[in-house]
Amino acid sequence: MAVISPSGTRESPGTPDTPKQSVRGGRFRGRGRRWIPYAFLLPALALEVIVHFVPIVLGVAMSGLRVTQYQISHWWEAPFTGLGNFGIVLDFDGPTGKSLAQSFFVTLGFTAVVLSGAWIVGMAAALALQRAFRGRGLLRTLFLVPYALPAYTAVITWRFIFQRDNGMLNHLLGQLGLIDSNPFWLIGHNAFWAECVVAIWRMWPFAFLILMAGMQAIPGEVYEASSIDGAGPWRQLQMITLPLLSSVNKVLVLVMFLHTFNDFSTPYILFGGSAPPAGDLISVHIYQSSFATWNFGLGSAMSVLLLLFLAVVSACYLAFTRRTGHES
Amino acid sequence: MNHDTPGYRAFRYVTLTLLSVFVLAPLYVMLASSLKTLPDVQGEFTWFPSSPTIQSFIDIWHTVPLAQYFVNSLIVAVSATVLSVLVAVFASYALSRWKFPGSGSFKSAVLATQMFPGILFLLPLYLLFVYADQNLGTDLVGTRTGLVVTYLTFSLPFAVWMLVGYFDTVPRDLDEAAKVDGAGPLRTLLQIIVPAATPGIVAVCIYAFMTAWGEVLFASVLTDTQSRTLAVGLQAYSTEANVYWNQVMAASLVVSLPVVAGFLLLQRFLITGFTAGAVK
Repeated sequence: MAVISPSGTRESPGTPDTPKQSVRGGRFRGRGRRWIPYAFLLPALALEVIVHFVPIVLGVAMSGLRVTQYQISHWWEAPFTGLGNFGIVLDFDGPTGKSLAQSFFVTLGFTAVVLSGAWIVGMAAALALQRAFRGRGLLRTLFLVPYALPAYTAVITWRFIFQRDNGMLNHLLGQLGLIDSNPFWLIGHNAFWAECVVAIWRMWPFAFLILMAGMQAIPGEVYEASSIDGAGPWRQLQMITLPLLSSVNKVLVLVMFLHTFNDFSTPYILFGGSAPPAGDLISVHIYQSSFATWNFGLGSAMSVLLLLFLAVVSACYLAFTRRTGHES
Repeated sequence: MNHDTPGYRAFRYVTLTLLSVFVLAPLYVMLASSLKTLPDVQGEFTWFPSSPTIQSFIDIWHTVPLAQYFVNSLIVAVSATVLSVLVAVFASYALSRWKFPGSGSFKSAVLATQMFPGILFLLPLYLLFVYADQNLGTDLVGTRTGLVVTYLTFSLPFAVWMLVGYFDTVPRDLDEAAKVDGAGPLRTLLQIIVPAATPGIVAVCIYAFMTAWGEVLFASVLTDTQSRTLAVGLQAYSTEANVYWNQVMAASLVVSLPVVAGFLLLQRFLITGFTAGAVK
């Protein structure tokens, strides 16, 4: 979703046929009306400042405070500890740091599985629905349902499916003769995979939607020309579809990465608040560490570290994809 | 267009069958279980209700104050959608039509906030609301207002992001013509740009509404018994002693139906919105 072209296009002389270029520039500029764009932007700016920028600054500041349950209504008077909270959080021998590190690696694995799973499934669906056939519209609608479903109804239904004794999954596996005794899906190591399945179920329609939109933008002539040259569907996928989708994929992967890494609803609802270690994703972990003990200082320190990690990963990713993008 | 090869047909058949089953299984469980009695749903899983009943669809309204949650969710989601899209339309118009000092940094900042984890904002916002309530006399913690303010800016970055791209596709000739007719920027925006960009605006509305309707994290912290939204309220069907799975599933269906129906009715707009605004 390369929504905003990164290069701020300069003033462009009247080229009305290329709207992308011509829209920018001093439309109503000059003659003392410079304030107009700022007036239009002001409400958005004010809201962004209140709900995004102030909290970030406050979050960083709070990571230096020792806020406990006794100060919650007067947290601004909490004692300053400097980098003390970071010391506790990053002490991987201590209980706090150890469980944070564990949760971080669980989240990494979860993100890798869900991201690749959702992309592959979404891509397969987009390819399968690429050409017209009877019932295509119906299937496309059906495939968008998991995306439209509110998170908690989707996840709570999966929670029921994964119930040990009265859930659908164990019943199905039993009927197929794949299991002898009912395993737990929401406790122990299986919890990780249960969580991944739910997240993929919720995420893949988004990949499907974006990839489908990207494929529609590829002109049909390209395929026609290549099939005259004797290219089959598999070769067309390799030579045309995937390369032409690369700019779409670049943004799609980043958006899905951030979304999956920050996923809160899936573990929170699937495990009813307290996730087993194998499924303890970082968002819920920070939430629990903060609100279960009211230790907002530690929670803020963890949040700041999480933000740094995501910023570094995103920056590296963008730098890397931009470079490879120029070469091709 | 070339003809489908047998290999592609087979791939299509297998993929679509598997995916349909994957998508439909939870939806089927939801429906079938909502029609079961409590003993039926608590015992070993069965594919069909032993004695189908719609009793759970009646009980859901009494077990928890579902209607209240519905109203709360509706008020919060509609307010957040209307306000965020309104604010975003103005901001996006400025960003799409003008190049001015600070526009680039604003766009980057908006994009950057998209990537921040919700949990990062939650703790400071909660404490900020506590502070404001105690020192400024506001009423934000545990109220719908607090939630609306939060959700507003959730969907705002995405809305700005999408709408700038969408407005860019509206030809500048139209602005030019409006200017010749003597229209100022405000009239140009409302009479020319907004009508021309309706699919994009509808898409953004759908997205904003769905985000607010389904949000869990902020709703769990920033609401109390009075202002609880569906996202949190649905958890009340699980008590220490009992989980009323038939009612949970019935309530899930009732809660999902309006959004899914609305989404599917408007999906055409969403897909055009994505195509024009997002995939360029």
